[in-house]
Amino acid sequence: MSDDVRPGQAAGSPPARVAVTDDAAALLVKLRDKHGDLMFHQSGGCCDGSSPMCYPDGDFITGDADVHLGDLAVDSFTVPVWMSRSQFEYWKHTHLTIDVVPGRGAGFSVEAPEGVRFLIRSRLFTDDEWELLRD
Amino acid sequence: MTVYAAPGTEGAIASFRPRYDHWIGGEYVPPANGQYFENPSPVTGRTFTEVARGDADDIDRALDAAHGAAPAWGRTSVTERAIILNKIADRMEEHLEELAVAETWENGKPVRETLNADMPLAIDHFRYFAGAIRAQEGSISEIDGDTIAYHFHEPLGVVGQIIPWNFPILMAVWKLAPALAAGNAVVLKPAEQTPTSILFLMELIADLLPPGVVNVVNGFGAEAGKPLASSSRIRKIAFTGETTTGRLIMQYASQNIIPVTLELGGKSPNIFFSDVAAARDDFYDKALEGFTMFALNQGEVCTCPSRALIQSDIYRDFLADAVARTEAVKQGNPLDTDTMIGAQASNDQLEKILSYFDIGKAEGAKVLTGGHRAELEGDLAGGYYVTPTIFEGKNEMRIFQEEIFGPVVAVTEFADFDDAIKIANDTLYGLGAGVWSRSGSDAYRAGRAIEAGRVWTNNYHAYPAAAAFGGYKGSGVGRENHKMMLDHYQQTKNLLVSYSPNKLGFF
Repeated sequence: MSDDVRPGQAAGSPPARVAVTDDAAALLVKLRDKHGDLMFHQSGGCCDGSSPMCYPDGDFITGDADVHLGDLAVDSFTVPVWMSRSQFEYWKHTHLTIDVVPGRGAGFSVEAPEGVRFLIRSRLFTDDEWELLRD
Repeated sequence: MTVYAAPGTEGAIASFRPRYDHWIGGEYVPPANGQYFENPSPVTGRTFTEVARGDADDIDRALDAAHGAAPAWGRTSVTERAIILNKIADRMEEHLEELAVAETWENGKPVRETLNADMPLAIDHFRYFAGAIRAQEGSISEIDGDTIAYHFHEPLGVVGQIIPWNFPILMAVWKLAPALAAGNAVVLKPAEQTPTSILFLMELIADLLPPGVVNVVNGFGAEAGKPLASSSRIRKIAFTGETTTGRLIMQYASQNIIPVTLELGGKSPNIFFSDVAAARDDFYDKALEGFTMFALNQGEVCTCPSRALIQSDIYRDFLADAVARTEAVKQGNPLDTDTMIGAQASNDQLEKILSYFDIGKAEGAKVLTGGHRAELEGDLAGGYYVTPTIFEGKNEMRIFQEEIFGPVVAVTEFADFDDAIKIANDTLYGLGAGVWSRSGSDAYRAGRAIEAGRVWTNNYHAYPAAAAFGGYKGSGVGRENHKMMLDHYQQTKNLLVSYSPNKLGFF
């Protein structure tokens, strides 16, 4: 994992819920050349679950059942990150960083054929951060 | 005790080709783009074959073959189809050991499970649907003395099926048997982690099925799965996997207005009421085995009993016995019939499980046993092994809410019946659950109160054909393993017939 983590677009106050590592950002640049604008939807459950699924933007239709966690700032473009509202209830105290590691990927996520997979690194928000988020 | 020789070594009863193409129209067909991907065995971490990396062109060719075969296959009598399904079952039985070894080598699970569970269940599944389709009847409704509604079952035509990696052959058969019994042709995409064992099976039964009735295209989800799931040339899509992909597949299906069956995640509660410990007898021993079932198939089961709920007054003693039982699980070479727990199916899966150990500890959960990678020696050193792990914590923790898909159980206690049901139902999922009690009425009431499609009562992890299996809540749509699955693969044709010579009198 790269130690350099870029904050999401909404950095500042309140704190961003999502961030992306330099390695993952570099991969997003490459994938965007191939697939166009991109999006993430954090999956839950079963074989390939708990992975950030990366799709061509709009391929996965989001709606009232989803929460928009934020936008990753990557070079000149941004990548929205979504999660289902029901899952967010259990994850709302958690800050998420999207990283990339060697692997086979999962589901229909577009990075899998590259021999890598996106991975969520998570930490609980500090009490100070949580106060700001609640306001 | 038997230790099977590894495929590719001297004395092996199962061997793989060095390279696998797609299975289209009853023969191997190279991928249109000429590309292949490596397939490592989780037992050793080393690649043992390479597999065609399919894309939309290959899916199209498979759909062509399926559409070519579907009309004639759909017109065969149920007798003919039942005979073929029974012959497939017989052929699998004759080659049960080879299939079991091949499955273990590809997936990493212990061979005692593939020999005694995966393969016998798959064989029986074909036989069950051979019987079910013979016994299925249409219906008639007598609207009045001269007007009759006839209801016929018809096949859908060509269907798509996307298979997970945790039971590569058994999960494929759960979907293939009802689809074929109902008279459909199939394009099937195995998981990219386990692309080969289903081809091993296709070769074995190639002479029994007309060409094009079953077609197998391998590849990555984004390249091969998506063009299959989003195709306007399938009449139904069946998927087992995780929730976001399940939603995406439903979205594709909505664009083509086709039905979907989905078997998605779970976080199954396994509830032990006080009276379980009323005596240290056979039943108590059975309940401890039921607790330890979280290690079956390395925990890579959508219904893994990954949350154990134990009533407070027996909590300490029962848990101590459960830890001892878990520590007696023998880990080792998956090809050794004495081995109880094998390798996780992929390196990705191994890493994910290890990451949840960190998440659990960071949240304050206590590790009672395990909690680390198992380091095996020799050829197994590169494999993906995890020691069975028991966490103690609270139901709000992420290790209680997220499906880890590994040999990991999160344990907590409950005060009374209502508390047990409240904790059990506090989850996004509703696939499986377990209830253990010596009181028939308590067990019955608990089973009815739990929001899950399958409640094992005083047993766990049995999957007989004829017991409907499927999810409530976020766990999916549809019921497999039962004759009602035929409905998911059939159209209803209604002929509304008037035998009256008299006009209505409207015009």
